[in-house]
Amino acid sequence: MSEEMNVVEAVNAALEDELENDEDVLVYGEDVGEDGGVFRASEGLQEEFGRERVFSTPLAESGIIGTGVGMALKGMRPVPEIQFSGFLYLAFHQIKEHAARFRMRSRGDLEVPMTIRAPYGGGISALEHHQESPESFFAHAEGLHVVIPSTPQDTYSLLRKSIQLDDPVVFLEPKQIYRAFKEEVDREKDVELEKARIVQEGSDATLIAWGAMVRVAEEAAQEIDADIEIVDPRTIYPTDFETIIDSVKKTGRAMVLHEAPKTSGFGAEIASRINEEAILDLEAPVKRVTGPDVPYPLYRLEDYYMPNSERAVEGLEELLEF
Amino acid sequence: MVRKEVHSSTIEKIEILDTEDESEDHGISDEEYEQLYKTMVLARKFDERAFSLQRRGEISTYAPHKGQEAAQIGAVFAMTDDDWMVPSFRETAAYIARDAPLDKIFQRWMGDANGQRGLENDLPVAIPVGTQNLHAAGIGMAMEKQEEDNAVVSFTGDGSTSQGDFHESLNFSGVFSGHNVFIVQNNQYAISLPIERQTKSETLAQKAIGHGIDGIQVDGNDIIAVIKGMREALEKARNGEPVVFEALTYRLEDHTTSDDSTRYRDEEEVEKWKEKDPLKRFREYLKDQDIWSDELEAFEDEAEERINEASNEAIDADDPDMEEMFDYVYKDMPEMLKKEKEQFQDFYGGDSK
Repeated sequence: MSEEMNVVEAVNAALEDELENDEDVLVYGEDVGEDGGVFRASEGLQEEFGRERVFSTPLAESGIIGTGVGMALKGMRPVPEIQFSGFLYLAFHQIKEHAARFRMRSRGDLEVPMTIRAPYGGGISALEHHQESPESFFAHAEGLHVVIPSTPQDTYSLLRKSIQLDDPVVFLEPKQIYRAFKEEVDREKDVELEKARIVQEGSDATLIAWGAMVRVAEEAAQEIDADIEIVDPRTIYPTDFETIIDSVKKTGRAMVLHEAPKTSGFGAEIASRINEEAILDLEAPVKRVTGPDVPYPLYRLEDYYMPNSERAVEGLEELLEF
Repeated sequence: MVRKEVHSSTIEKIEILDTEDESEDHGISDEEYEQLYKTMVLARKFDERAFSLQRRGEISTYAPHKGQEAAQIGAVFAMTDDDWMVPSFRETAAYIARDAPLDKIFQRWMGDANGQRGLENDLPVAIPVGTQNLHAAGIGMAMEKQEEDNAVVSFTGDGSTSQGDFHESLNFSGVFSGHNVFIVQNNQYAISLPIERQTKSETLAQKAIGHGIDGIQVDGNDIIAVIKGMREALEKARNGEPVVFEALTYRLEDHTTSDDSTRYRDEEEVEKWKEKDPLKRFREYLKDQDIWSDELEAFEDEAEERINEASNEAIDADDPDMEEMFDYVYKDMPEMLKKEKEQFQDFYGGDSK
């Protein structure tokens, strides 16, 4: 059952298998039908499953998500695509104030099993609004799960798990690595949500990164003369702090690497939790290497904006030498 | 230059009471007329009671529906149990007509979400204006996909027709053949803003036209017009043809108990609409048609008693447990939330009562 896939092919495979697995699953969004999505994530699915289940919608993000809430309340399992995460904000109200609240509002009578997919993140020289990392906004919308894969296998397994979940999920796909590399993907492999992945073990410092930044973390760990443990939370929220804290207790040093701006980025929450639960184990303050506190620039400047392995190495050096 | 008409449309209005068709057979039995009247009285009494409970501090804020009973109760009368209802926040009369337990409705107004449990095919109250129409559109789309022959009836106000979500709802429902009746209760005001400054549109029903779906206007203070209009609209909706249904009505009270409508409208205008009070008109109609009876005359007292009983039950009901705040956020409580819940339990002694 295992085959070579890149990240976007893994998305496609997960959608295909969930459409097959559960007849209530609907895959839809702008250009998702005949066109197979602008990144081809739903390529071939309309032919396979028909226009009732895989379809293109009018161009309106709030409409896509708000009707998804309604379809979910009526027993469907919608998997809408928002073309780029920068357009999620048009649907933010429906996501935060409705999708995330129906279970609470109805004391468990109603639920919204909807998985909202959106390509996110920078580094691909795209237009304005096409390169943001909005995970913190959704991590502050209690009732949601925020999931970010970093490998084809995780993409496949986490997406299937997200779709099967009876809660709403914002599933952010790191589009910079959509086609960056392939690996063997086992279509039988089960992955738990809310369970971080130890990307590589190490004893000198813990480096926490997700999405496309996991590759940058790996590069930096290679370059530096130290034994770095890399932790990928995979589910940003609710967070597996246990794995992170355990790792930090072991290494005594922690650095968070993310694309989003530093202030109120999810790294701030991780640093706080480490302080609350492991301060006596720390040899140095928690370090953050992130995007700067500016709007993601038009792409001539994006190489300065995007955290890279050089900045990560410098951060690790400061952390280790403290 | 070639210039020709490529589209034209009209919006019709349905009126029955005080017209020459008044005495026709409307497909409503005498028993049903009596029941409709009773439900209207019950809803009116609920409104009055909720108002006084707010003044007494038992309810923090209440949104009255006085004057809109015909629009809500007439609409529900045309529905079946299999149909779904998507209300906004002023649809207490509609909930009553859908047989939601009175004490539960009070309980929710008293700030306990447990009052919104067990609503079957009816959604809980939606407060952000107009956003619930998309849920209705989605439910209507799902009904089409599930090949059902039921429909979903949503309620929204005149102010919400300015919202993007309202228009996206009509558009999606039109494109995907949603089983929708989008009721717009045009009660003339969005808090302080009168309808003529909300929109340049002559009617709200015509908002449908730009989305390629049907629109109809009815006298929303005429319960028979509402019922007949809704029966037509529901027939279309069940068939995958969505309808915008504008009920022309008037909010006889303030927007909510926090509002003071004397700041933006004059007494004269309100008095004029009091003449068109739907309850008053329906009572006159029943008398004219010899349906009126001593039993109906006596129902006011019975209604008052039932409302008092229900509100007392809600007042006496146990407060929700502190823990419930944590229990309905996720289907399975995440580890980090379990820990936080424990911290709160420790602080509050493990027993919030």
